[in-house]
Amino acid sequence: MHYQWDFSVISDNAGLLFWGLGNTLLLTLIAILIGTPLGLAVALLRLSSHRWLSWPATVYVEVFRATPALVQLYWLYFALPRLTGLRLGGFEAAAIALSILSSAFLSEVFRGGIAAIGKGQWDAARGIGLSYPRMLRTIILPQAVRRMLPVFLERYIELLKTSTIAATVSFGDLLFVAQDISYRTYRTLEIFSAIAVMFFLVILLCSQLTRLIEHRLARSGEFTAR
Amino acid sequence: MTTDNVIEISGLRKSFGAHEVLKGIDLVVPKGKTVVLLGASGSGKSTLLRCVNFLETPTAGTVAFNGRPVGTPKGAAGERSYSDRELRVLRARIGIVFQQFNLFPHMTALENIMEGQRAVLGRSREEAAARAEDLLARVGLAGRGGAYPSHLSGGQQQRVAICRALAMDPDVMLFDEATSALDPELVGEVLRTMRSLREDGMTMLIVTHELGFAYHIADEVVFLSEGRIYEQGPPEQVMLHPKGERTRQFMLGHSEFRLPHLD
Amino acid sequence: MDFLLSPSLMLSPSLMISLPALGRGLVYTLELAAVCLVASLLLGLVFGVMRYAGGRMLHALAIAYVEVFRNTPVLVQILWFFFALPILVNFEISAFIAAALGLSLNSGAFSAEIFRAGMQAVPKGQWEAANALGMSRARVMFRIVLPQAVRNMIPAFTNRWIELFKLTSLASVIAYPELVYSAQQISNSYFNPVEVFTLVAAIFIAIVIPASYLLRRLEARLRRSAP
Repeated sequence: MHYQWDFSVISDNAGLLFWGLGNTLLLTLIAILIGTPLGLAVALLRLSSHRWLSWPATVYVEVFRATPALVQLYWLYFALPRLTGLRLGGFEAAAIALSILSSAFLSEVFRGGIAAIGKGQWDAARGIGLSYPRMLRTIILPQAVRRMLPVFLERYIELLKTSTIAATVSFGDLLFVAQDISYRTYRTLEIFSAIAVMFFLVILLCSQLTRLIEHRLARSGEFTAR
Repeated sequence: MTTDNVIEISGLRKSFGAHEVLKGIDLVVPKGKTVVLLGASGSGKSTLLRCVNFLETPTAGTVAFNGRPVGTPKGAAGERSYSDRELRVLRARIGIVFQQFNLFPHMTALENIMEGQRAVLGRSREEAAARAEDLLARVGLAGRGGAYPSHLSGGQQQRVAICRALAMDPDVMLFDEATSALDPELVGEVLRTMRSLREDGMTMLIVTHELGFAYHIADEVVFLSEGRIYEQGPPEQVMLHPKGERTRQFMLGHSEFRLPHLD
Repeated sequence: MDFLLSPSLMLSPSLMISLPALGRGLVYTLELAAVCLVASLLLGLVFGVMRYAGGRMLHALAIAYVEVFRNTPVLVQILWFFFALPILVNFEISAFIAAALGLSLNSGAFSAEIFRAGMQAVPKGQWEAANALGMSRARVMFRIVLPQAVRNMIPAFTNRWIELFKLTSLASVIAYPELVYSAQQISNSYFNPVEVFTLVAAIFIAIVIPASYLLRRLEARLRRSAP
């Protein structure tokens, strides 16, 4: 069978596609900005020696890591309004779901990174009389973050890919826009191939950037103490 | 054309990128003889050894095995091409023992010794196992065949590695600093095994830092310096009465090998 | 009737009616996950070995495969196979096939990288020792390198398989009747999204947490028994 390709549908809808891509990036960025500090907070709670702080944090991480992102999103979008009367739009639901999801994953990265800092650093910081927050901020985290950065960037890229689930709750991201165009024009093959290429290029760019950052980190040398 | 030389190396060169490690080596290893390569680190002796069984591919020159040059000429500059199959057949007949043993950690000592026999020589399980047991007994490891490498001492691992190579019934054995990774007290057991091989008439090419051992085991000593053969001859000549200044300095620099009249 | 739908009653009658449907959904989920797990392992092995030990062409092919499928969202892949591919090949592609293709190829790309990294972690001396015995490349690969590599790869595969299991939920988007799709259907008919989606989340937790615990145990045991 011979299929007549027609890519004019892409150029005709270029503005719409880029608008969708913008929304995808915006959603991802918001989830990163909320998820990262939230992840740090959860990690600190988990590292706490008080059981009533560490235990809920553990449950939080385990629950959100064990359930699919889509189920979390549907729960927020379909179930939460029934439970509370609070109605979330597609964007809000997706932003919250992705923030929580990434915080659960990132908290594990934070925890690993902080745990990897040698006891000597903690002792030294305590020895000069630093408070816990100051110790974290000036001694522990700067060393930990440097080590964790590549993992973080990798997770952020995963998050960008996962953000496509927002289309299922009618948020106008790139995938949603593509579906919308394909319903109107029946040019499904061209449109879906085009957004696959768009995602590919954006993610390839991000992962190349990640590699560049890793490379620079590696070149500038390991200054963290063990 | 028959020859009594197991290995004949001529015009051998090897470069890594722009750096030429071997700058034209001619060397023969006669059947039943033991040749020891000496030299400072970086002199190219390990590279030379590894070129013999083509773990490193020579840049130019030939290696002949039992009188037959390996590979086919390619291009004008003395390059040769080597087929996978040819090298496999060759390697099966050349045993090598590495500095780091390189035993297969997921196999027992016995399985390590059986693997090559089964895969390459096509021996049956029983045959391979019997040969392996036999060799283990010969190196003083009877009954340790079921042990995994991580449960053996370095000296024991190296003896297993020697058995693994011997099980292939090689025409020549190569030793690449076989005792350098061992604790001093374990060196002796490996050297004893090597000495007994010589007594059995095995042809050997050895890279070692144990000068005393080299002196006693070598039929011929070859001293390499900066990628060339600097001096060669019987051990008494090269090690006790070196002609070249570099050889002299090298022998003097190894305090554990005391040569009274050089002091 | 209103009280029957009350969200505060987790075991409301509507949920009891829904249970068999969710059970069927779970079976579909497990079926899809099992097929994708096996397929992605095979794909990962083939492309991982190609990238690790293949010639220039195979190497490039493996890189292209891995990069394409790792650098696009799996949901886009599933939708592409479901909506776009049939136009190209001109025959119907079922939701199961589309989901299985998308998930397997995606997970296969990640698995290929796990295989490659695992094999690269095997010291070079192992190749040399095996080569020195005159063993063929294939024999070295399957007898010496892979058995050692597999041990290093288990933690990565544990994460991969759990991720894959969760990703099967995306098949609901193309109406493959797995757990999440069943949940949507039920909640549409009985207006009980709280109970149904909470239960679905609980089912995932009940499978994922014990599974990852068991896989970690297995890994620890292998590590201990490792020679």
